[in-house]
Order: sequence, then structure tokens, then C-alpha cells
Amino acid sequence: MDFINIFIKTAFIENLVLSYFFGMCSYLAVSKTVKTAFGLGMAVIFVLAITMPINWLINEHILTEDVMGMDLTFLRFILFIAVIASMVQLVEMVIEKFSPALYTALGIFLPLITVNCAILGGSLFMVSREYNLMESTAFALGGGFGWFLAVVALAAIREKIRYSNVPPALRGLGMAFILTGLMGIAFMSLMGIDPAALGQ
Amino acid sequence: MADTATATPQVKEPLFGKKERRLITDPLNDNNPITVQVLGICSALAVTTQIVPSFVMAIAVIFVCAFSNLTTSIIRNHIPKQIRMIVQLVIIATLVTVVELVLKAFNYPIYKQLSVFIGLIITNCIIMGRLEAFALANKPWRSFLDGIGNGLGYGAILLLVAAIRELTGKGALVGIPIFPQSFYDAGYFNNNLMVLPASALLVIGVLIWIQRAWNPKLVDVS
Repeated sequence: MDFINIFIKTAFIENLVLSYFFGMCSYLAVSKTVKTAFGLGMAVIFVLAITMPINWLINEHILTEDVMGMDLTFLRFILFIAVIASMVQLVEMVIEKFSPALYTALGIFLPLITVNCAILGGSLFMVSREYNLMESTAFALGGGFGWFLAVVALAAIREKIRYSNVPPALRGLGMAFILTGLMGIAFMSLMGIDPAALGQ
Repeated sequence: MADTATATPQVKEPLFGKKERRLITDPLNDNNPITVQVLGICSALAVTTQIVPSFVMAIAVIFVCAFSNLTTSIIRNHIPKQIRMIVQLVIIATLVTVVELVLKAFNYPIYKQLSVFIGLIITNCIIMGRLEAFALANKPWRSFLDGIGNGLGYGAILLLVAAIRELTGKGALVGIPIFPQSFYDAGYFNNNLMVLPASALLVIGVLIWIQRAWNPKLVDVS
């Protein structure tokens, strides 16, 4: 039950973009068209779902207080980012091999997932909240899905808003910020939902 | 691009000439990392509910940005092109670990408050972006200044947003109440909306609007 609980909580109530601003840079950069937003959203879900369990295992078995008589916790950032960078590289190669169309569609954004804060942020949250393996997988899937949802929604709004008369100085970036703010407020209305009660 | 810097003639450059000054002042307005280059938004927003954590964050980013620029610039001719991302990430991650340990040792409450956002300096796109765009092609001293300049530009926006949010949301600056009690007695309310995460986005959106109205050459044509 915890699985669904955490999934719903991270996807909607504590959405990674809208309440923690994770992955904001690529979120703003790819949300010009729905198509690229969709592709990157899928890639983020995928990478997040792979890296978080791996990072959990590393954190649990290598970065503990005493492994071979040493305290290696200070290596956490470097190891996490190394796992993420190599996983992104791996995903890139697999996509290139099996779906060249998707590969060209994603283009530069694929390597940029490495520096997407949502991925590293997810792993760091997992440590500070002391999730177990199951919970961190749920967090990864929920967080990725929430990110996907938010970026596709913003892209759809930005496609439509091109036909509206926005003040010139606010066009593009400024409007994207304000739209995201309003979306954040809209998502907050989900705060009253108690995921635990849904299962009964 | 990497060749442009090395191709410049080896005349003695002033240590702090006009060009060097521009490296620091440009990112403050015309080329601000947050409002113009749109980099490093992630961590910019989450910590800005109050001034003190934002200040610590800004200092940390200036430190990491300046020294990662310096380090990368020093070894720029030895980094193979294919693995430069990994090398850069390792440099940044090491510096961030230093910041984290120092903060943990000397100011634990702030460390607790910033929690994961210290770690997220690693993925702060400003730092990576400056390494790619500047440090890989320029000499150490100028890269160092560029790092400081961009860190300052980031910090300036961070403090501005934090000041607006703390003043309107909590009625205080740096934790000191600004509005006298008589204001509240007369029916003034702190705007709780400004404490919510969404308001940071609205504040930055409006800041961008103001900056671009002032400086029309920044307007987005697309």
C-alpha cells in the first residue's frame, strides 16, 4: 500500500517541479512544443527509475558508516553523479540502437538529463528521508511521472498561448514562469487528498 | 572556440583591466544567469523564502562557480573532449562536498534548512554552463573572474527574490520584523501566498518582465 501511497504523493501533491523546482532548466527549455516535452518526460521517468534503486544499493552497502573500517559517506555526491552520468550514457546508447527516430527527436536533451536536478534531487531526497528500496522505487516512478505531467501540461499551454496577445517584455520566458506558478497553485488544491484513504 | 583564447597574442594583459571588469559586471544585468541565460533556476527558487539561507546559498554558489572555473581552466588543455562532462562533474562534486562539510561543521541549523539543495549545486546549470562556455576556452584568471561574476549575478537575484518574499510573506527582513504591531492591529495581514513555492515563480516572472521592459534588446522574439 505504501507503494501507491508514495507514488501519488510524489506525482501530484509534492510534484518535483511545482513544489521543489527540480529540473527547472530543462523544464523551461523543452516546453516549447508538446512533442519534445513528451520525449524528454519519458526519458526522465526512465532514467529516474533506473538510477534511484542503484543509488539506493550504493548508499546502503558502500556509503555506510563503516565499510572496511572507513567512513565513506563524504563520497556520496561524487558516486551518485557518476552513477547518473553513466546511466544516462547507457540509456543514450540503447535508444540510439533501438529507436533512432526517438534519438534524433531528443537530440541534445538526452545528455542534459545528467544535469537535471530531478534525478540527483530524487536520490538525495531518498537519503534524507531514509526510504527503503521499495519506497525509493515508488518515489522514482511517481516523481518521474509528475515531472512528465508538468512538462507536457506546460508545453500544451505554451503552444496555445502563442495566439494570445502577451505584452512583448513578458513573452516567452517571463510567461513560462508565471504559468508554472499558476500551475503550482492549481496542483496545491490536491493537497487535501489523503493517499492513505484512497486504498481503502 | 577553444582556439580563440590561445590564439590571442601574448601581450601583457592588465590584471584588472576593462575587459576583466566587464566579466564581473555583465552577469549582473545584461547577461544575468537567471533572468537572461535561464540557468540554475532549480536551486534558486526553493531556498528563497528567507534571506539568510539564500545568502548562504549564494556564497556557496559563488565559491563553487569561481573555483570550478579556475580548476577547469587550469587543466583545460589536458581534458579529452569526450569525457569532459564527467571530469567537470567530478570537479564540481568535489567542491560541493567541501562546501557541505564546512557548512555541516560550522552552521548546522542552516545546513539542515538547505538540506538537499546544497547537493543540488552540483546540477546547477550555471556552473556547468560556465565551464562549457567559458572556462574551457579561457585563461585561469579570467575564468576565475567570470565564475565570480556569474555567482554574483545569481546571488543578486536570489537575495532580491528572498527579500521580496520575506518582506511580504513574513513581514520581516533577515528575521527582524519590519512592520510595527499597529499595522497588524489596523488590519494588515502577511501574505501567506508569498511563502508558498509557487510565489517564487511568480516573483521571478515579474522580475523578468521588469528587466525586459527596461532593456528591450533582451526581449524574446520567438
